[in-house]
Formats: sequence, C-alpha cells, structure tokens
Amino acid sequence: MFNVVKAELRKLRRPTLFFGTIGAAIFFTGLITSFIYLMIDSPQGNGDRGRSISREILELASGSVNGFASVGGFLGIIALCVFAAQTAQEYTYGTLRNLLVRQPSRMKILIGKFISMSLFAVVMISIAAVISIAISYFLAPGAKVSTDLWFTSDGFEAIFTTFVNVTISVVAFGIVGMVLGLLLRSPISAISLGVLWILIIEVLLMAVKNSLQSWLPGAQLSAIASGGTLDLTYKHALTVGGLYVAVGAIVASVLFVRRDVAN
Amino acid sequence: MPNTAISVSDLSKKYDDRLAVSHINFEVPLGTVCGFVGPNGSGKTTTMRMLLGLITPTTGQGHILGEPIEHPEKYLSRVGAMIEGPAFYPALSGYENLMVLAKLGGFPIERVQQLLDKVGLGDRGKSKFKTYSLGMKQRLGIAAALLPEPKLLMLDEPTNGLDPEGIQEVRALLRDLANEGTTVFVSSHLLSELEIISDYIVMLRKGEIVFAGPIGELMAQQQPTIIAKSLLHSDLARIVEISEKAGHHAVIRNDSVHVLAEMDWAPVLNKAAFDAGITLAQLAPQLPNLEETFFEMTGDK
Ligand SMILES: Nc1ncnc2c1ncn2[C@@H]1O[C@H](COP(=O)(O)OP(=O)(O)O)[C@@H](O)[C@H]1O
Ligand SMILES: [Mg+2]
Repeated sequence: MFNVVKAELRKLRRPTLFFGTIGAAIFFTGLITSFIYLMIDSPQGNGDRGRSISREILELASGSVNGFASVGGFLGIIALCVFAAQTAQEYTYGTLRNLLVRQPSRMKILIGKFISMSLFAVVMISIAAVISIAISYFLAPGAKVSTDLWFTSDGFEAIFTTFVNVTISVVAFGIVGMVLGLLLRSPISAISLGVLWILIIEVLLMAVKNSLQSWLPGAQLSAIASGGTLDLTYKHALTVGGLYVAVGAIVASVLFVRRDVAN
Repeated sequence: MPNTAISVSDLSKKYDDRLAVSHINFEVPLGTVCGFVGPNGSGKTTTMRMLLGLITPTTGQGHILGEPIEHPEKYLSRVGAMIEGPAFYPALSGYENLMVLAKLGGFPIERVQQLLDKVGLGDRGKSKFKTYSLGMKQRLGIAAALLPEPKLLMLDEPTNGLDPEGIQEVRALLRDLANEGTTVFVSSHLLSELEIISDYIVMLRKGEIVFAGPIGELMAQQQPTIIAKSLLHSDLARIVEISEKAGHHAVIRNDSVHVLAEMDWAPVLNKAAFDAGITLAQLAPQLPNLEETFFEMTGDK
C-alpha cells in the first residue's frame, strides 16, 4: 500500500497538475478573503450568496479564519475535480491494467490512491490557510477590523478547528470525486456531473425548496467546512454528509473490486 | 516447481451472450517462446486478461507458474505483461511512467534507466509519452513489462505498428530473454511474425483452440499440396473438377489451383489435364508455408 502511495505521488507532482491546482486554490483564496475585507461596507454583502460578515464577527478570536472557512467549498470542488480525474483517467488511458498487474489487490490500489490524493489536498489546504490568514491580517487594519484576539490561545484553537473541518470537507468532496470517477470511468463526465450538481443543481433545488438544504450532499459537505451554518448544524451536516460519502464509497469500491478490467 | 508456465483448462469468457473464449485448454512449458496466434477478435487479449486477473473467467481454471489465476497476487510479482498495446500517462515522460510502475512494484529504480537503454529509448526517456511514435510506445511497453525481471513475460501484439526493422529487434530481444531463461508468451494476428522465434504455438480461431503444441508438429500437420496453373485461366475450374473427381479437394486461389494431394499424384493430374485438352503452365509442390496453414486453420471456410 505504501508503494501505491509512492507511485501515485509521482503522478500528482507533475508540474502542470501540481502548480495548476495550487494556483487555482491560491486564486480563490485570495479572491474570497480579500472580498470579505474590501467589501465590508458594501450593501451587497461581503460573504457568499450576499451574506454580510460584520466587523463584530471578524473581530472575534475566530475572525482570522472567516475567509479560510468560506474558501472551503471551493477547495472542495477543486479536490472533487482532482480526485475524479486522477481516478477516471486510469480507465481512459487504459493504465489501470498496468497498475493491477503490479498490484493485484484492488482495494490497496484504491486506498493508496485515496491516501496520496488526501496528502495532496492537505498541502493545498495548508497553503490556502496560510494565504487566507495572511491576507486577512494585512487587510484588517484598512477595514478597521481589530486583530487583537486572533492570535490568542482561543484564536489558535479556532484556526486548528477550522483547519480540521475544512480538511474533512475537502477530503469528503474528494471521495465524491473518486466515486464519480469510478462509476463513470471518464474524467470529463465525472467532473462535469460533480461540478454541475454542486454549483447548479443543488443551488436551484434549494432555491425552489429551502428545506432541501438539510438533505443535499453538497450543502452538507460545504457546511462541515465552516463548522456548521445558521441553517445547518455541524452535527447534522457531518452525519448526513458522512452517510452519503460512506454509501457512495462502499458502492463504488465493491464495484471496482468486482468489475472486469476490459479496456 | 511445476514445469509449465501457463496451463489452462476449460477456460471461457462470455461477453453479453457471446463466448469470446470458448472452453480452451493448453499448456505452455517453462523456458519456451510460445506464439499465441489468431486473427483479430479470436480471443487472444481476452485470454491474456484472464491470465492476469483483470477479468474473471466464466468457466474453467488456469495456473500461472503453478499458482491459480484466482490469486494473481501469488504470481504477478514474477510476471511482466503488456496487454492490448502500450498504455501510459501521456503528460508524463517515458522515464516518469516507468518510475510510477517501479515504485508500485517496489523494484529498484536503477532498472528504469537500464531498461530504457535496453529498448533503445535511453536518450528519449525525458520526452513526454504523447510525443512518442507508435514504435517507441511499444518499446516503452516492453520495458515496463521487463521491470520485475519476469520469469514469465506476456506480450500482446508487441510488434503492432513496428516497421520490419523494429519487428526484427523485438524478435531478437525476445529470443535473448528466452535464452536467459524467461518464458515468453507473445501474441500476434500473424503467424509469420512469430514462427521464426517460437518453440511452441497456441492457435486460436473464434475463441477456440485449433492447435497447441511444438511448432514442429504444426509443420508436420501441414497438408501436402500441389499447385497447378493452366495456360488459359478459363481452364482452372476444369482442373478443380478433375481433382475433385479423383477424390482430392481443390480450390482456385491466386490464378492457380491448390490440390490437396501428395506430389506423386502430380503425373496423374498432368495426364488427365492433357487428355482433357488443358495445357498446364506449372505443376509444383507447395513449399512449406506455415502462413498458408495458419490461414487455412483460422480462416472462414
Ligand atoms: N469488453 C468487451 N465487451 C464485449 N465484447 C468484447 C470485449 N472485449 C472483447 N470483446 C469481444 O471478444 C472477442 C475477442 O476479443 P479479443 O480478445 O480482443 O480478441 P483478439 O485479442 O484476439 O483480437 C471479440 O469478438 C471482441 O469483440
Ligand atoms: Mg487483441
């Protein structure tokens, strides 16, 4: 299994993939974090979907990670794409047969892939966290937000908790990507379906019937990143989201282990 | 230690409602080069996939290096394979592609460069796979199959897309490997590509074995054939008629008649043709030609 991880990391460190992904993460992090501080007095709001994040909230001990937590959903979508592509491409390139000849235990292949991509995700998340907190720190004075409480022990605890929550959320999005990749066996279909579902279909469904947000998978996973939202408790999001991910992962891995590799 | 590298019995694979491989039995002795031949679609790739644990057989058993194919983990570390053409990550270099497999198999990474050199890709290892010609891709596939220093090497149509020189090189490489003790199981849709290097032949036709054994036996199975040509093309059909009347199967092929008969029947045919007013332009035994036998055995009749 350790060998699978090492082999997968060689694919993930490919410069275009690595810097492309990290670059996208940095871009969204910078954009969303700056938005919170630069638009703090805008009547259109400075958070996602027109929400306002007030000075009082930003001045709390947890203020430093407000930006980072809001980026969580985007990092999740990036992870979904990477996990889906790295899994489905083994089918489209026909390289799965090479992997299985060298490591016939299909479960080991899956778990090894998962571990290596999760490591990749943690690198991406860490960079996003550092950048988001740094941008917040530098923009706070201009937005007249006091950072006095940010680096107290409560502040560090908030940073740690958010980091853990974002990581759970992003890795869960990644698993969804892997599941789609395994089921659809094509990077393009897996990514399009995943992104379409989360960014458009769920948003439309929630617009039609707001109570659906308690049950839609993407909404749960995003809510985990911010430690729960006003409408969704953290515990609820973790339970329902976890259930979706677990069922998907079990179905996809059973299929992967049993299915003929005939392409 | 068994003395067969591959043995299969009653092995079948059904896709949808069709048997792609139908109840086949054969054995490949250790240390031989075995040519696995059959026309496109005859089931070669499907068989190899079953032997590597990639697809589950519908019926039957198989053993590789003495281990059952239900447990590929018991033998795959000693097997190298390239199935259905070379498949690699296009955005990675040849070197990186082999590194992925070397890491996965836990093989010493020095082997990667050695193998690139061995297959003649030593100076192109840093180029991306997608920039390779088909011949280079095939050679990278062979290099990947050699990573584990295999006891058994399975190559599926490794000469596809190679020029005659490339085919020669692959043949020489396989023969060298066999001399070093590797069992080579190599497929092709052309017997002529493999007959020179094969000790053993397994021949498939529509998912069924039509021949499995030492290549010498295949030669011996060859039917003695007389080739007759007439001055007038219109007389060919009458030569067929004369032969068939005498109890010898005959067909027209490429402006001549192929008669299944020993050479000592040739004078009889000559006389009969003369009596019928046909002038023969040529009357000769067919030289030993495995390709002909191959097409006869595997073609549609
Ligand atoms: N994945 C598949 N699904 C359905 N039919 C298949 C599949 N793979 C191969 N076949 C069919 O099985 C037969 C044997 O194919 P194959 O083993 O690839 O032959 P060969 O390698 O000798 O050219 C063909 O008729 C082919 O169409
Ligand atoms: Mg084939």
